[in-house]
Amino acid sequence: MAKAAVKRVALLLATLLLVTLLAYAAFSVIPGDPTHTILGLDATEEQIAALRKELGLDLPVWQRYVNWLTDFLHGDLGKSYKFNMPVADLLAPRVQATLTLTAVSFALIVVISIPLGIVAARFRGGFVDRAITVLTQVTMSIPNFIMGIGVMFLFALVLHIFQPTYVSPEAGLAAHLWFMFFPALAVALPKSAMAVRLLRGAILGELDKDYVRTAYSKGNATGAVLRRHVLRNAMIPVVTFLAMTIADIVAASIVVEQVFTIPGLGQMLITCIGKRDYAVVQAIVVILAVVVVGCNFLADALYRVMDPRIDGR
Amino acid sequence: MLDIRDLSVVFTDRKEPFTAVEKFNLQMDAGEVVGVVGESGSGKSMTAHALMGIIRNPRAHITGQALFEGVDLLSLSPRQLREYQGDELSIIFQEPMTSLNPTMRVGRQVEEALRIHGRLSPAERKARALETMALAGLPDPEAVWNAWPHELSGGMRQRAMIAAALVLRPQLLIADEPTTALDVTIQMQILETLKDINRKEGVAILFISHDLAVVRALCSRVVVMKEGRIVESGPVDEVFRHPREDYTKLLISSRPTRTKLKGGASRD
Repeated sequence: MAKAAVKRVALLLATLLLVTLLAYAAFSVIPGDPTHTILGLDATEEQIAALRKELGLDLPVWQRYVNWLTDFLHGDLGKSYKFNMPVADLLAPRVQATLTLTAVSFALIVVISIPLGIVAARFRGGFVDRAITVLTQVTMSIPNFIMGIGVMFLFALVLHIFQPTYVSPEAGLAAHLWFMFFPALAVALPKSAMAVRLLRGAILGELDKDYVRTAYSKGNATGAVLRRHVLRNAMIPVVTFLAMTIADIVAASIVVEQVFTIPGLGQMLITCIGKRDYAVVQAIVVILAVVVVGCNFLADALYRVMDPRIDGR
Repeated sequence: MLDIRDLSVVFTDRKEPFTAVEKFNLQMDAGEVVGVVGESGSGKSMTAHALMGIIRNPRAHITGQALFEGVDLLSLSPRQLREYQGDELSIIFQEPMTSLNPTMRVGRQVEEALRIHGRLSPAERKARALETMALAGLPDPEAVWNAWPHELSGGMRQRAMIAAALVLRPQLLIADEPTTALDVTIQMQILETLKDINRKEGVAILFISHDLAVVRALCSRVVVMKEGRIVESGPVDEVFRHPREDYTKLLISSRPTRTKLKGGASRD
């Protein structure tokens, strides 16, 4: 078991290394040179050569990668040409904003889908179940940016309980989270709909199994059968689904950030790709990859705890 | 102890109403071992499940009476029935592979009925469960307690099921083809265990099987079912030696080699 855990951690690190390599390689291959962006089109050859040397662009790619990675691991994410400040300082508040949005969205998905999935399965075929089915069917097919506009329209323009201007954590954590709740809703609703259906189906699938009959024969009431026996088994595919959606949630967060003008990683990424500000782009890609890979690693560990039939291989 | 009168089970979820069990009658005394035989689809398992109150299909109409100690189980509310399930009445199934919850440790499943019905402390429950696991022939109860179902062999799982069913020392154990899914050697060992339990604890057993030879090894009386109806019943040796119905003769003669094997082993 311990050996298997070491193996999985090694695999995790190898994956992350590969991500850094790809992130670096991708921006070395695409055409364009930051010196043009910085100095403008009428710069002389000498100026460009001097700047290339200053930025380390005259070194071979592998050398630059090793230097960049070494600095990165020491916490030095490089310097942004465009904003003329350290990438770490530039990104810190944006990482916070995006990850908060992602985390609130994920929490919403769990909080929405688990009770609804259970209720739909418990009252299968009844009014509530059918209402949930229709609702999830509709919600599932709405793209995040439309959902974002819809949420904004409903809560800001119709209900007036939401001010669509970004509230940073400096204004107080509660105010920040309250603001984040609405974009998170836009991220979470389509995914929640899928999770509700998956959980409902998984519970109904489990209810037909023999061990459920055994549980009833011992004198368990339906609620106890669901709680003690069915839920853990039915959650196994849902946990897998949630783990796989983490990457989607991050991607959806970046889209929804645009709708709600949240100064997060998404906006920064788009600006910096346009300006060829590679240090920033690479840092963002690596940060997002670390988040996604790390979450999947945790989900995998959770999955193994939930399903004892999977041994430590 | 048990008096089943005109028990019928009719399903109305198909085009034509389907009668799975028709007017089943059976009386059983405390501590008695009675067999129900018949080919698959003859309604024997359905009878057992109806008696146990575990037919979940809302389109199943169960009529008649099943008097247990004078109380008609079929007329009880679900809540009242739960008082009996797993306490006075319990059941073991054909499929030991799937009848245990794969994500719950064996020990917790064995003690579950105690948890539902009893007022024992966790330590008392565990002691009681371990004792019952030994009674059910599990060699190292303490180790099995912490095992997951998939870590046990088929025979061990069925023994765990037996322990779970007996943990409250019910008056009646319904054994629904408990050995069908197991290989012949294990089958005989499990039958011996059930016999022991009947002798030591006085638990009555309603033993359901398609195999007359297995029933002969264990039961004193037998009921033969065909297409939902009882076609013949009586003391097991009499039915075995002088079957009145062609159907019974067919059941007896259908598997000569296995019959001989099991008949021989059971006389030890």
